[in-house]
Amino acid sequence: MSGLAMPRSDEKTLARRAEIVAALRGIVPGEGVVETVNEMRAFESDGLTAYRQLPLVVVLPETVEQVSHILKYCGEHGIKVVPRGSGTSLSGGALPLEDAVLLVMSRFNRILEIDYPNRVAVVQPGVTNLGITIAVQEDGFYYAPDPSSQIACSIGGNVAENSGGVHCLKYGLTANNVLGIEMAMMNGDVIRLGGKHLDAEGYDLLGIMTGSEGLLGVVTEVTVRLLKKPDMARALLIGFPSNEEAGQCVADIIAAGIIPGGMEMMDGPAIRAAEAFVHAGYPLDVEALLIVELDGCEAEIDHLIGVVEKIAIGNGSITCRISQSDEERLAFWAGRKAAFPAVGRISPDYYCMDGTIPRKQLPRVLAGMRQLSEQYGLRVANVFHAGDGNLHPLILYDANNPGELEKAEAFGADILRLCVKVGGVLTGEHGVGVEKRDLMPEMFNETDLDQQMRVKCAFDPEHLLNPGKVFPQLRRCAELGRMHIHQGKMPFPDIPRF
Amino acid sequence: MPVTVFTPTSSEDVLSAVHSALAEEAPLEIVGHGTKRGIGQAVQTAHTLNLSGLVGVTLYEPEELVLSAKAGTALAAIEQLLAEHRQELAFEPMDYGPLFGGAAGSGTIGGTLAANLSGPRRIRAGAARDHILGIHAVSGRGEAFKSGGRVVKNVTGYDLSKAMAGSWGTLAIVTDLTFKVLPAAEAETTLAIRGLTDDRAANAMAHAMGSSAEVSGAAHLPLLVAGSVAAGLLAGDAATLLRIEGVPPSVAFRVSRLKDLLKAAGAMQEIAGEESRRLWRDIRDCVPFSDEKDRAKPLWRVSMAPSDGHRMVDALRREAPVNTFYDWQGGLIWLMMEADPEAATLRSLIRRHGGGHATLIRATASQRAAIPVFEPQSASLAQLSARLKEQFDPKSILNPGRMGF
Ligand SMILES: Cc1cc2nc3c(=O)[nH]c(=O)nc-3n(C[C@H](O)[C@H](O)[C@H](O)COP(=O)(O)OP(=O)(O)OC[C@H]3O[C@@H](n4cnc5c(N)ncnc54)[C@H](O)[C@@H]3O)c2cc1C
Repeated sequence: MSGLAMPRSDEKTLARRAEIVAALRGIVPGEGVVETVNEMRAFESDGLTAYRQLPLVVVLPETVEQVSHILKYCGEHGIKVVPRGSGTSLSGGALPLEDAVLLVMSRFNRILEIDYPNRVAVVQPGVTNLGITIAVQEDGFYYAPDPSSQIACSIGGNVAENSGGVHCLKYGLTANNVLGIEMAMMNGDVIRLGGKHLDAEGYDLLGIMTGSEGLLGVVTEVTVRLLKKPDMARALLIGFPSNEEAGQCVADIIAAGIIPGGMEMMDGPAIRAAEAFVHAGYPLDVEALLIVELDGCEAEIDHLIGVVEKIAIGNGSITCRISQSDEERLAFWAGRKAAFPAVGRISPDYYCMDGTIPRKQLPRVLAGMRQLSEQYGLRVANVFHAGDGNLHPLILYDANNPGELEKAEAFGADILRLCVKVGGVLTGEHGVGVEKRDLMPEMFNETDLDQQMRVKCAFDPEHLLNPGKVFPQLRRCAELGRMHIHQGKMPFPDIPRF
Repeated sequence: MPVTVFTPTSSEDVLSAVHSALAEEAPLEIVGHGTKRGIGQAVQTAHTLNLSGLVGVTLYEPEELVLSAKAGTALAAIEQLLAEHRQELAFEPMDYGPLFGGAAGSGTIGGTLAANLSGPRRIRAGAARDHILGIHAVSGRGEAFKSGGRVVKNVTGYDLSKAMAGSWGTLAIVTDLTFKVLPAAEAETTLAIRGLTDDRAANAMAHAMGSSAEVSGAAHLPLLVAGSVAAGLLAGDAATLLRIEGVPPSVAFRVSRLKDLLKAAGAMQEIAGEESRRLWRDIRDCVPFSDEKDRAKPLWRVSMAPSDGHRMVDALRREAPVNTFYDWQGGLIWLMMEADPEAATLRSLIRRHGGGHATLIRATASQRAAIPVFEPQSASLAQLSARLKEQFDPKSILNPGRMGF
């Protein structure tokens, strides 16, 4: 691991491995406990493949009671637990620890209930994101958040990462599309938050859980919102001579009061790589390409297409094609959807970043990236969820060249620092995990981070759940709880009062 | 001890107020404009921290869809500013003022988040929690912290901004807020179906919401309530209301589709433009139960799965005299009790009909003292909530007891 410090392994736990395996077998019978090195290899990393570690043991429970018992047992014995869904995290959120039980939720793969009058589905956390849509699409419904990994990633992992996708601009992130969860806590308690009703009661623990990266509890059931599929969708493929014009076009579309179903942008290197790979018919004489997709009823789309086209031309577009059929619309998307593998073809390895910036900072950030690219001697291609400012720079490198992975990582870190500097954030949808953990102080000061860790203390006071992720330095809850009362006296000398 | 009111004008003032409160172990009641002061368990503190002097919009970039303001900024001022740019807070925050006899148009942006306000558009656009992007706050530990940012897509660290939603000032004092804002619809039309019983209305609403007409408001006003919105526009019969918003050609198309879809349901009428807006404002603010003569009557706000709501109400009607209307396709039930609050009966019926929760919004002081205002939680959930409170406010100096702990 390139310089990444993980929590020190607990020798006592390592020494008790056989006993722990036996105890887990007592909770989950049959095939549910995996302990041989060969079989555990499949779990040694997630989507951030640069980092690998064999877990202490892998357990694949099938019932909520088993999850609860496993956590209770581990909690009582001070054993760490790393939850895992499908293992597609791009930030190393599901990276195992040598002394931790890897709790894999993939056997929770059933859809429990589909309720059309209330437009919700109740599913187990191991169901894939796309699996939900597949279960309801014949009836004209779908689940809106659509990460590119949707055929593989689990809805439990989506909740843990607050995942997004192309359609999140109009339809919201995971957090806006989940109404309830059931979760098991490190002490074995099983709790329900929210449900089919729209407002959860009490503190917004559901909001805290969403995006908490498996550090607070293990999600055992999810209630998601279903949406009716729009009548139709049409897309515009718009080429610009530079990123500035494309960026201004995006701003003008939104200023005109239009929130497209999707609005994606690619820069020159990404366009050329994608075109060479899938031959989507992308123009090659442009430096920026926008895909604007409008969905809804025909009357609305006809109206808005005209408005968007006018805005594009007003911003100096070189090309502007409007899809005349669903095949053509999908062809527009084909290049964008294949952007990652396309870049994979022109470089032995690539490293996908995930910062978000205020949209208007795009030209500045892209210029900064070009400069960094020269400085590091590594190429970079950009795909961009333009509507919501979420950048995915792909850094091209060759892991076989000694030192190049480290260089790519340093380049990536500099890009994220730049994102923060212009008012953005370290991660828009991939999570902090281990990858961006040590960059957290770029965005938060010690007080900010301490308060986040205190939330962790409310859920998992011994820091047993997924330690080593998100926080650069875990502080003990007792220490975090200490208070320094400032000596001050009423009446408030410097506060206006009446 | 006389109540002292402090009115900070900066976040530094808020911080030193909390420091002093901690030093003296003298809890603070946190208020904005005080429009929602009647909600929750009554708070009795020696000092009040009034945030209405902490004002100002600090950032508004319409083409970036983002607005930041200090916590005491009037919601009305923000809505006015947004309207000038044809934008809005899409979650349509309700105004609690009139329910308690206050003037309409009061309330702060901080209170909007603390109470997790929303409105009829909740069924499409969510609540304040779904639109908050970032905060600065002072915890009950006397520490200023921030969370989130100013961009929509952000998973950097725990979402403490959402943690503030619906926390009623019991975790931290939010001093600065950043919200996502959205374009306001150019046009709107409401389709009113007349004369439906509650159960037929629930069916019609489910049908409409399950269509691609993109309904952005679905409410049912039973006969007794229909006349008390929009200056009597709907008097005479029950009204089931479906709102369509968007660009004019789209609205026309979707309204005609909806009429087609529901033509067998009952007689219909279209209400457009300003009249439609007025109608939904009245529903949003619970105007039917704001009348002065009713102000002593207990009022519940119940949240359930939309299709369960009317069944629970039907069962409740057999137990107690109650007046009611529905928003959110039937999932938000406003219940005005003609006599006693009937908390135990109501809550057990909610449990029996699929679950959800009831909040006693308006009641006499003695009723609020005797009845848990917020839905009692299971033991393990209550413990978790209490631990969270302790992590933000270990000495319990912020609105102690407001949420029952
Ligand atoms: C090719 C590719 C494309 C991608 N595209 C996108 C994209 O467009 N948008 C996007 O947002 N992400 C994207 N991702 C990232 C990833 O798919 C998401 O983060 C996804 O939500 C992870 O789900 P998972 O089931 O694979 O979770 P894992 O990778 O198994 O775990 C992720 C995190 O969630 C925790 N976790 C998993 N299950 C649970 C549970 N049941 N309870 C508690 N914690 C749990 C883990 O501990 C870990 O911290 C992409 C990944 C790949 C490989």
